[in-house]
Amino acid sequence: MTPDYISISDQPIDYTATTERVRSNECGAVVLFLGTVREMTAGRQTVALDYEAYPEMAQKTMQQLITEARTQWPVHAVAIEHRVGHLPLGEISVAIAVSSAHRKQAFEAGRFLIDRLKEIVPIWKKENWSDGTSEWEHREFKTN
Amino acid sequence: MTVQQIHVKLFARAKELVNSELISVTISEGMTVEQLRLAIAEQYPELQPLSNQLLIAIDNAYAGESQILNPEQEVACFPPVSGG
Repeated sequence: MTPDYISISDQPIDYTATTERVRSNECGAVVLFLGTVREMTAGRQTVALDYEAYPEMAQKTMQQLITEARTQWPVHAVAIEHRVGHLPLGEISVAIAVSSAHRKQAFEAGRFLIDRLKEIVPIWKKENWSDGTSEWEHREFKTN
Repeated sequence: MTVQQIHVKLFARAKELVNSELISVTISEGMTVEQLRLAIAEQYPELQPLSNQLLIAIDNAYAGESQILNPEQEVACFPPVSGG
């Protein structure tokens, strides 16, 4: 079995390398999800995002998510990479690659992994708005 | 009851509000996570804007409110996550 791969780094994400980590002749499907820095959020313009992580716990929590995914889907391999630091527009903040024998399993496991990552992995995002202000994104601010 | 100092790592907005990545909180021996939460609020009023939203982790895992603390553990305190 291909070992799973987890990385939290301030270096740009090479999504070709991320994808290659999970490819295998046993797999008919590879799904790659990329999260990228978006310009407009609810009518406000973003210039850049800053990401901060609690690396040891984030690493451990990502590993737990992979374990959970494996109990639900016959996944061959998973690679999760998250960027920290200052990210200008268009940069990749997160990449998740999943391989499996069939596409349905890879899509479902990939969706589970990114959804749960956003809920429990200790990484935080700060918006740098075009008006010069900045603020930490926060779940309470998302409910409006 | 013995009084102890426990070090707590802060992240994101919690770190900015206190302007430090590590705080020292005075607690009584055998204190729970719930009591730590109250002690942090009392000893670091700067964190008030995050009030009851702060999450507590012990040894790199989310802690339950009734979990007992000891000073050898790695304790962290942070706002809800927003990665991705």
